[in-house]
Amino acid sequence: MTTPTPVVAGKLKSVLTDQLRNIAPVFTLLALVTFFSVAAPSFLTVDNFMNIMAQVSIIAIIAVGLTFVILTAEIDLSVAAIANAIGITVAYFTVQPDYVNIANLPMPGVIAIVLTVLAAFAFGLVTAFGVTWVGIPSFIMTLAMMQIANGVSALLVRGQIAYKFPDLVTTLGAGDLFGVRWTIIVAVLFLAVGYFVLKYTRYGRYVYMTGGNREAAEYSGVNVKFIIGSVMVICAVCTGIAGMLSVAYYGSAQQNQFDTYLLDAIAAVVVGGTSLFGGRGGIPNTIIGLLVLGVLNNGLDHVQIDSFLKILIRGLILLAALTINVYAQRLKENN
Amino acid sequence: MRTQSESRGEPSPLLELSAVSKSFGGVVAIENVDFQLYAGEIHGLVGENGAGKSTSMKIIAGVHSDYEGQMYVQGQPVHFKSAREALAAGIGMVHQELSTCPDLTVAENVFLGQQPLNRFGTIDWAFINHEAKRLIASLGLDIDPTATMGALPVGIQQLVELSRVLFSGARIIILDEPTSALSPPEVKRLFDVLRKIKADGRGIIFISHFLDDVLEISDTITVFRNGHKVATDPTASLTKDDMISNMIGRGSIGMHMGESADLKGDDAKPIVFEAEAISDGKQLRDVSLKLRAGEITGVYGFMGCGQIELARAAFGKIHLHKGRFMLDGQEISFRSTAAAKRHGMAFVPENRSMMLFRTEPIYKNVSIAILDRIHRLLLKPGTERSITKTHIDDLQIKTQGTDMDLGSLSGGNQQKVALAKWLTHLPRVLILSEPTRGMDVGAKEDVIRIVKGLRDRGVAILVLSSEPETILTLADRVTVLRKGVVAKEFNSGTIHKADLLSAA
Repeated sequence: MTTPTPVVAGKLKSVLTDQLRNIAPVFTLLALVTFFSVAAPSFLTVDNFMNIMAQVSIIAIIAVGLTFVILTAEIDLSVAAIANAIGITVAYFTVQPDYVNIANLPMPGVIAIVLTVLAAFAFGLVTAFGVTWVGIPSFIMTLAMMQIANGVSALLVRGQIAYKFPDLVTTLGAGDLFGVRWTIIVAVLFLAVGYFVLKYTRYGRYVYMTGGNREAAEYSGVNVKFIIGSVMVICAVCTGIAGMLSVAYYGSAQQNQFDTYLLDAIAAVVVGGTSLFGGRGGIPNTIIGLLVLGVLNNGLDHVQIDSFLKILIRGLILLAALTINVYAQRLKENN
Repeated sequence: MRTQSESRGEPSPLLELSAVSKSFGGVVAIENVDFQLYAGEIHGLVGENGAGKSTSMKIIAGVHSDYEGQMYVQGQPVHFKSAREALAAGIGMVHQELSTCPDLTVAENVFLGQQPLNRFGTIDWAFINHEAKRLIASLGLDIDPTATMGALPVGIQQLVELSRVLFSGARIIILDEPTSALSPPEVKRLFDVLRKIKADGRGIIFISHFLDDVLEISDTITVFRNGHKVATDPTASLTKDDMISNMIGRGSIGMHMGESADLKGDDAKPIVFEAEAISDGKQLRDVSLKLRAGEITGVYGFMGCGQIELARAAFGKIHLHKGRFMLDGQEISFRSTAAAKRHGMAFVPENRSMMLFRTEPIYKNVSIAILDRIHRLLLKPGTERSITKTHIDDLQIKTQGTDMDLGSLSGGNQQKVALAKWLTHLPRVLILSEPTRGMDVGAKEDVIRIVKGLRDRGVAILVLSSEPETILTLADRVTVLRKGVVAKEFNSGTIHKADLLSAA
């Protein structure tokens, strides 16, 4: 090599090009933590850290499912609505106090939970059927599912609010274990399993390859319809479980309760650097994305910012993340 | 240093490269390339894949902007930062994969991106249609400007794209593999058009693997090899053998490869896979075909004759309208490509991007088809890498290792990776669509050797191609398709290229 410097520089450039989507979110996180630590002394404490974890834990469970979906270059816009419908479903199968006027169908706790999980599974199957069999783009199909799930919620509670859930759900949603909220433990478990499946199993590889080049995956003998259908089901089940924990967390189940979950979950996945075009990213990215989102939401409260401005700031951060996401994809493809 | 040509007192070239070099992350793509294109000249460019033709052309067309050396357009030094700048300087390129809009009309395609407006600020349709008609007619063609692009044959679409490039004012036109998708009459028509363009005083660079085409249309031919320009000669002084020996730099072995073939169909060999009077409801009508163990069955036909559909139907991607497939004497119907693979079918499509993951490492590209055989549930990257390493060595794939991105390989090496996918566990039936299209001589020979090796190990192979040379080089039997129907079958004896061309 007569000219080693350009070669090294070229290598460095190609690594940066390769890793932009992974590096940018970490820097964003570090910048936010630094900023809030300086701006608000109450921010950088153990208590507050556990607060942040608790705040993002339920979104994290949805984000695990959504990571699978986005890795295959599909999208699920029905997550908030399904979380809501499933939260309401589990209440529907539980004995409610007398003052709650819902024509519900009480069951023993375990059966209620099993039936509710099956309902989430069924939502996923319908989405999967529409996307793979009928061939409706997931963007539109899940928009329809959002409406359907909202309809189910409306029919089950009819404007009422339910307050009782199976004990197990209440414990996991609102309780703690040695001072650590159960939702955090469940979220960590979901993230760990999601990470393992995506990174170390054949199924996980198929998810990435289907997202990377669907046609090539199909011509390599991958059953891409099964992969896409199954990620929609995985997402619905994750979302359903998050919905159950969430109603317990808030202590009530009613309509239009979780509308912010949709944007939060998509933002977490995308801000973390998982490609909207599929095939790149994963659970570690989603974890960073969740932390960015959690730190941002929590930090903005500590610095006492105008709560209306807060919404705008979140939007701007999301836009910046989307820009980096698309830009990283272009760099990689032109490389 | 000023150009050599001026010092000899010749007219100054339209385009000149002087000592241009370009490398990708330490790998030299072209080195010290000098090149001149004159007005009124068709300049043929030949060389194996990875020889540096594409890189040179991408520099000229402004796609690569970081290179060393100097480029001149009409004597002025230039350094394009984008394709747009190159276009503004009068350099237009027609790519092998056409970039037309199939849902727009011919006229809209010609004026794409620069629609003239009338005084109300809206698109002047009368003018567009009239001008498009005139422009196309000036090339000696008669195409309805209001026809929908996608409904036209690919050869016509290509000419419309060429008209667009001409309309944009290009003085220097680069054509990348313009004849690869064309039937002989379409090639003749394209050449008539090119001669007209040349007579206007424009310069044309004609890149092709079809040496006969290059010899017929070019005035001058430049040969690239391993990133260097090997020779530039007037076409009149060249023969095909000269070109081939310059291209491969090792005498002209196998130069008459694929002019004729002795077929060796053996009816004693067992039938593995059979199509019985299949129709897909669109392209294919009542096609019957038998694939035998240890034989290569070639299916020849022009582009659009139904080979693409036939291959996909056999691999479970297209569902049959009529007829049936038989595997080992049992009727079979694949619900998905995954089912086809489970039954021992394998398929390499004609377009590499359909088969490969450009931004993934090589080993993932190879292992994707065999993950289920490595472990039912878990990944074993070590095994994947060692299997891939074996294939890289066996198939002489040129790369720095199993973890390199696939996109870093040359076209021929990518094709080998696409084949390698199916080689770890021998398939019963291997379907190859255009296995050597767009490949250089060396890589072609490698692929041919690999495919014949598989045949000798008992695989029933179906090769579909619109290149007679490919069919004649590989096939033990040949079926000729014409517009979705079996036109002729050859099972034994000697056949020539002319037999195929006349049957198709």
